[in-house]
Amino acid sequence: MNSNIIFSAKNIHVEVAGKEVVRGISLEIPRGEKHALMGPNGSGKSSLANALAGHPEYAITSGEAYLDGKNLLEMSATERALAGLFLGFQYPMAIPGVTVMNFLRSVIKAKYGPDSEKLKTFRKDLKEKFKILEIDSSFATRYVNDGFSGGEKKRLEILQMSVLEPTMAILDETDSGLDIDALKIVADGINRFADKNGGLLLVTHYQRLLNYVKPDRVHVLMNGKLVRSEGPELALQLEDKGYDWLGTKVVAQAGV
Amino acid sequence: MKDTTTKNSNLSDIGANYTEKYGFHDPEEYFHKGARGLNHEIVEMISQMKKEPDWMRDFRHKALDIFFSKPMPTWGNTEILRAIDFENIFYYIKPMAERGRSWDDVPENIKNTFDRLGVPEAEKKFLAGISAQYESEVVYHSMKKELTDQGIIFLDMDSGLREFPEIVKKYFATIIPPADNKFAALNSAVWSGGSFIYVPPGINVTFPLQAYFRINAENMGQFERTLIIADKGSRVHYIEGCTAPVYSSDSLHSAVVELIALDDAYIRYTTIQNWSKNILNLVTKRAKAMKNSTVEWVDGNLGSKLTMKYPCVYLMGEGAKGEILSIAFAGEDQHQDAGAKVIHVAPNTSSRITSKSISRSTGRASYRGLVKVLPGAVNSKVSVECDALLIDGASRSDTYPTMEINNQKVRVEHEARVSKVAEEQIFYLTSRGLSEDEARLLIINGFIEPFTKELPMEYAVELNRLIELEMEDSVG
Repeated sequence: MNSNIIFSAKNIHVEVAGKEVVRGISLEIPRGEKHALMGPNGSGKSSLANALAGHPEYAITSGEAYLDGKNLLEMSATERALAGLFLGFQYPMAIPGVTVMNFLRSVIKAKYGPDSEKLKTFRKDLKEKFKILEIDSSFATRYVNDGFSGGEKKRLEILQMSVLEPTMAILDETDSGLDIDALKIVADGINRFADKNGGLLLVTHYQRLLNYVKPDRVHVLMNGKLVRSEGPELALQLEDKGYDWLGTKVVAQAGV
Repeated sequence: MKDTTTKNSNLSDIGANYTEKYGFHDPEEYFHKGARGLNHEIVEMISQMKKEPDWMRDFRHKALDIFFSKPMPTWGNTEILRAIDFENIFYYIKPMAERGRSWDDVPENIKNTFDRLGVPEAEKKFLAGISAQYESEVVYHSMKKELTDQGIIFLDMDSGLREFPEIVKKYFATIIPPADNKFAALNSAVWSGGSFIYVPPGINVTFPLQAYFRINAENMGQFERTLIIADKGSRVHYIEGCTAPVYSSDSLHSAVVELIALDDAYIRYTTIQNWSKNILNLVTKRAKAMKNSTVEWVDGNLGSKLTMKYPCVYLMGEGAKGEILSIAFAGEDQHQDAGAKVIHVAPNTSSRITSKSISRSTGRASYRGLVKVLPGAVNSKVSVECDALLIDGASRSDTYPTMEINNQKVRVEHEARVSKVAEEQIFYLTSRGLSEDEARLLIINGFIEPFTKELPMEYAVELNRLIELEMEDSVG
């Protein structure tokens, strides 16, 4: 196993409600690299992200996935998270009645243990993170994602990422619903995370976020298969031409 | 900010369960244990032992006749009600000759029991006064001296009757007469213990007064009787908690609680009911709210095999407010038939009912509510919100709301929801490293947050912990 590879997936197949939506995907993300996973709507991007994080409705029917050498597919969603995987949700769930503060405290407790140093310095650490992400302190006492605007939800996702300090983050459409200012702040947060030698997979439909978070590699997913894996210039091409030009070419090229 | 998250991070780490924590029992070394069975002799004996005035003795005997003549309720859980064997119950147990003024006066066993339940500790920390009832009698009672100096009366009901017969006679059973229902009649016949509170005009009791009710013997019947009078412009918060040992056969708890808030007064009555699952909890609670006064019932039901309880407020005076905030947790083989009643009698009165129920496994939670607005209660406001959360497939939730609005000038809001713990919510939380149990607990804690945030901090933490224990059974 190449210890420089933080995350690898090999020939992953995913089924949702009996239908195959991801049809054999392989990916390797070296430590410290940012990869973008792009593709049109319905290409299977979110399904792959959810399946890797252990969503019970997204069944991985075959393939392998490793996080820092550990076999992800043998783990529950909880264990994957504790092993250092983070999924930034496209549609974060509301947990009414649970304050952001209590939620994050529970999360820290779960990850680092009830007697951990992290738990003791939690309040102070959180205050700092609020500042960095330009989050108002009233956020702490609001209920998790309950009545949040799209931008607030995404900021909370990034906040959670920075609190959990994962080794590998998959961010599913984290740019959607953000205005330009919020996008910059979120991008800053992502870059700050990526600088720490973790692995990052940005799942996105548009080039927009990639203006602020420069990917090392861009993968294009269409119809459940990876059709291209190239350098960052691919994203720009997609911005210009859309996905259709790839579509026709790929079928011929990628026929596995 | 208050942290009401549960103390334990992992459900499977929790060794304690109800049986160890609350379900233990002491050996029976009682001053007096009456015979099983219900009749005029036992009623006479209770009254004699308490050296009661004639009017109270007569009241008891009449109430017993009413009890015998009344049929069982035909709603709630009729199956369990029909199966009650009134001849198999102990109606009066006096654990010690005289109640204690200090914990040292209390027999070792009983003192240890209350120690284990954390009662003396709470007393030291944040209570203005406390009463601890064990079986039929209050075994320990105390109130801070400042409160006595202010003229506040907080006694066990029997002492209240002895020391303040005029006040007791004036209000006793005026809100819940024996004929109100079969179990109110039963309580009226054999009542013992409970609290008597009188707060003089304008006095604000800043810290809560608390009573703790403990049943120890098997097949015990506990029938405490509580009467709280908040005189004009006064304020008081009363809290009650209760637990019992786990036995294979049932015990009965049937209390009557009457509250009177005179003009501009405020009463909050908080209950954390955590009886063992062999207790039938059939309680009548009712308040009268006079002009511009406020009565709040904060009612948490976690324990018991069957609870039938519908705290009620009669809004008698103009501008009076009534609020009933309740949660019910129905775990395996439990039936929580809880709810609320408000009767708007006077104009410009307002009421708010918030009911939250959680059922899991074979548990059944029912909301049964009545809001009645009389013709004279113009410009009144009514708000009813019922939320039910189902944790798994077998659990059951029913809602029986009744509204009788008898005038046109009323604003009514009513909402009812039934929801399940969403898999998506669980996944969201597990993807952050919480276990599925922790995820469910967090969702449940959030669901009842409108309730817990009304509790004193210590109780909020305790409540969340109790629910954690309940949920632990489901993990098994």
